[in-house]
Amino acid sequence: MNIVVCVKQVPDTEAPIRIRGDGRGIEEGGLTFVPNYYDEHAVEEALRIKERLGGTVTLVTAGPGRAAEALRAGLAMGADQAIHVQDPALDAADHIVLARVLAAAIAPLSGDLILCGKLATDDNAAIVGPAIAEFLGLPQATAVTRLELGQGAAQVHREVEGAVEVLEVSLPAVITVERGINEARYPSLPGIMKAKRTPITVRTLADLGLGPGDLGPSRVELLGLTPPPRRQAGRILEGEPAAVVAELVRLLREEAKVL
Amino acid sequence: MSRDVWVLAEHAEGHPRRITFELLSRARALAEMLGGRVASLVLGNGAARLSRELGARGADVVYLADHPLLAQYTTDAYAAVIAPLIAREQPSLLLIGSTAAGRDLAPRLAARLRAGLATDCAAVDLDQGRVVVTRPMMTRKAIARVAFRNDGLRIAVVLPNVFAPGAPDAARTPQVVPVPVTLDASAVRTRVAGITPIARETVPLTEADIIVSGGRGLRGPENFALLDELATALGAAVGSSRPPVDSGWVPHDYEIGQTGKTVNPQLYIACGISGAPQHLAGMSGSRYIVAINKDPQAPIFSVASYGIVGDLFQILPLLTAEIRRLKAAQAG
Amino acid sequence: MEFDLSEEHRLVQATVREWATSRLLPLAAELDRTGRYPPELIRELGDLGLMGVFVPETYGGGGMDAVSYCIVMEEIARAEAGLSTIVSVNNSLACFPMFHFGTEAQKRKYLPDLARARTTGCYCLTEPTAGSDAASLRTTARESGDHWVLSGTKIFVTNGVEAGILIIYARTGGEGSRGISAFIAEKGDPGLSVGKVEHKLGIHASSTCEIVLQECRLPKDRLLGERDKGFQIAMATLDGGRIGIASQALGIARAAMEDAIAYAKERRQFGRPIAEFQAIQWKIADMATRIQAGRLLTYRAAWVRDQGRGHTREASIAKLFASETAMWAATQAVQIFGGYGYIQDYPAERHLRDAKITEIYEGTSEVQRMVIARHVLGTA
Repeated sequence: MNIVVCVKQVPDTEAPIRIRGDGRGIEEGGLTFVPNYYDEHAVEEALRIKERLGGTVTLVTAGPGRAAEALRAGLAMGADQAIHVQDPALDAADHIVLARVLAAAIAPLSGDLILCGKLATDDNAAIVGPAIAEFLGLPQATAVTRLELGQGAAQVHREVEGAVEVLEVSLPAVITVERGINEARYPSLPGIMKAKRTPITVRTLADLGLGPGDLGPSRVELLGLTPPPRRQAGRILEGEPAAVVAELVRLLREEAKVL
Repeated sequence: MSRDVWVLAEHAEGHPRRITFELLSRARALAEMLGGRVASLVLGNGAARLSRELGARGADVVYLADHPLLAQYTTDAYAAVIAPLIAREQPSLLLIGSTAAGRDLAPRLAARLRAGLATDCAAVDLDQGRVVVTRPMMTRKAIARVAFRNDGLRIAVVLPNVFAPGAPDAARTPQVVPVPVTLDASAVRTRVAGITPIARETVPLTEADIIVSGGRGLRGPENFALLDELATALGAAVGSSRPPVDSGWVPHDYEIGQTGKTVNPQLYIACGISGAPQHLAGMSGSRYIVAINKDPQAPIFSVASYGIVGDLFQILPLLTAEIRRLKAAQAG
Repeated sequence: MEFDLSEEHRLVQATVREWATSRLLPLAAELDRTGRYPPELIRELGDLGLMGVFVPETYGGGGMDAVSYCIVMEEIARAEAGLSTIVSVNNSLACFPMFHFGTEAQKRKYLPDLARARTTGCYCLTEPTAGSDAASLRTTARESGDHWVLSGTKIFVTNGVEAGILIIYARTGGEGSRGISAFIAEKGDPGLSVGKVEHKLGIHASSTCEIVLQECRLPKDRLLGERDKGFQIAMATLDGGRIGIASQALGIARAAMEDAIAYAKERRQFGRPIAEFQAIQWKIADMATRIQAGRLLTYRAAWVRDQGRGHTREASIAKLFASETAMWAATQAVQIFGGYGYIQDYPAERHLRDAKITEIYEGTSEVQRMVIARHVLGTA
């Protein structure tokens, strides 16, 4: 099976961030970037399928130079090939435009299955996966916790409100994965060495046959970033447990009015 | 483009989901500002009976698409019906609830229609003639204000519990517009083979008004029974931070946080949860937060409205008993 | 002069740190308390290529350089020192001599299992009367038909209890360093047994024992390297080993510092976190400075080694400085923890117990000073 996995490099969620002075983004200096957590599960799923059925795993990313590290990490896990779409025109791209570009990079690969993480932890947008499916004209399944391959179709599990849905999807398809679908492996040292030796194919928009006019405008624009609203300083209730509990219930009823 | 604001209605067991009412309420306010109407779009099989409630909750128009192939949500069927309708009617704005189906569908529609799309919206406003939304980013360490371009369709996927549902007005009856559906089964490339309810007696976390949540401080899976009792007394849903899920104490659908669900209840009671940023990302939008933790330095206290530094194994039974007393008094 | 880690090195660091933090750190206190050898973790390390970091991939190793080895050792030791000792001995004292001095047949036979930790290796040099003066060892190896027969007792053998493969140094010739040869033995060789198992101050997860050789018969093809050239093997092996121990010491020092910082930020006295008091801040500043210095010395030694140049002096300097830093930093950390630094529920006292061995094994600080002096004075 030829499997394509889309990956993204994102800031480490552990680290604090600083909003830029102009409010249009975050300060990148001093940030640690890591592969998107959900993408690691997507790569792992692809590798497991390859180990069972044979085939190749190709990684694709779009972004600035540092995005290649997400590719290296996936190659070190065991992926075979990597494509890095890099073009200044992408700086201003919204998710739909980005998906259009990624679809153009993926289309020639004749993938039997395209996997993505269900969302990226920097913006939590969860847009690119299904949008790629639309641009490729493929069926989709999102936030999948289990994936089983059959003949020409896959059976997946999805968590919906209060239930688990079992969905059959005909292949080829785009599937976005939820955590819990697998446990991602650590890259081994030989894997890291192999990744170092594997050339990454770099593509510009022109290489993909896309001119600036082909993408269409970005239809959403970031006006500004602000820190989250400071919560009002709360109160610590002190005293004997029974008294503290009684006081809490009183406050919830009379002050917060939630009971 | 019309001045109408559309809401994609979601329904379960013959009634619209609560999030639909929340979005209709906001749509009313926006439509008034725009000088347009509120339309609700509902797809299903035998969904006509939903129109009444949708009207009562704010819809002026209900676009009704009824067809056996729409009985359950599938990407292809719903997109095939909704996309041409939207392209033809050109609403000013389409609101979709952030549910499993909504998140699956919205990007597909946006790509097909080349629409502007913003997800996880915590506010939807009009500002100097533009639709502007706010949404959390970077594990809730920043709030983004995002504006849509004015030319072209706009889709906002809205978080639950952000807007209050309006009171129903039974006198309001909507104009029902049937949407003709010509769907071929072969065009629908996914098939729902089964739906197994997760055996939980409470409201889904993302819709709950009150959530009782447990962390590593509970020490073991059996102690979630303490949370269950408090939740029953409160009529609340039960959730957890990530460590209990990682340790296998509770299933993944309990998880609240960066790698789990984002919730916005009126009241969030955090028991034995330290308050790591990844967890706060999922619940810091709660209106009131109560924290119970034996460590006075736990970061959760910095976001708690009310904090109790103490042993939750002592506090929880006392709290449950007090709530039961209160509820009995309120009922009597 | 490039001081940043390369992309591969950073990936190695991120990977090992992630593994150590999620798989090893949660077990650290238990491993210290029970002295349990964790075969499941050894297996995982083997699968990741970390038990034979610089063994080429063709023999099942990680195929990486000495700087990578430093990174691996430091990240593992930061989480738990006992396991890092097991890793260090397997890498430096077993895989290395096997790879550099073994015949092709020996390499093919032993390296894949060692590098992937299907079995572990150990290094038998020290004896009851031969410690720092290793060349005075008394274990003998005499020829007997087409066998070697070894007799003697080796002590303080790290990994000795679990290891399947042993590198044993025995006397085949005259007195002193020129009469020593190296041999490859396997558990199960007749006349080889595990003797007394030691109870140590720290690094409890790592076993330390006696290996007793009573007319132990080894086939002739078990000679490692040339006859009577064994001492060179032992010393060459220690150069790499010392770089590994230096990194281990840095990991322990960093554990001590990071735990002390976390504690100092939370512990409040006189109305403030103690991290706001200058006395504490200066201790932490000194810890950070010395750890940074130790790391630069260690990376430099590794870099010189990777250039294929002699690095005995650099390795000794790194090991001396890093191990003394670890001991000093761990002591400071206990002090920062105050009363809690003395209590076994808190990690500070374990770091102190673990740090001490780094000043002793693979050449005591005194021996390191001897080696360095000889090089500097030109009398090496």
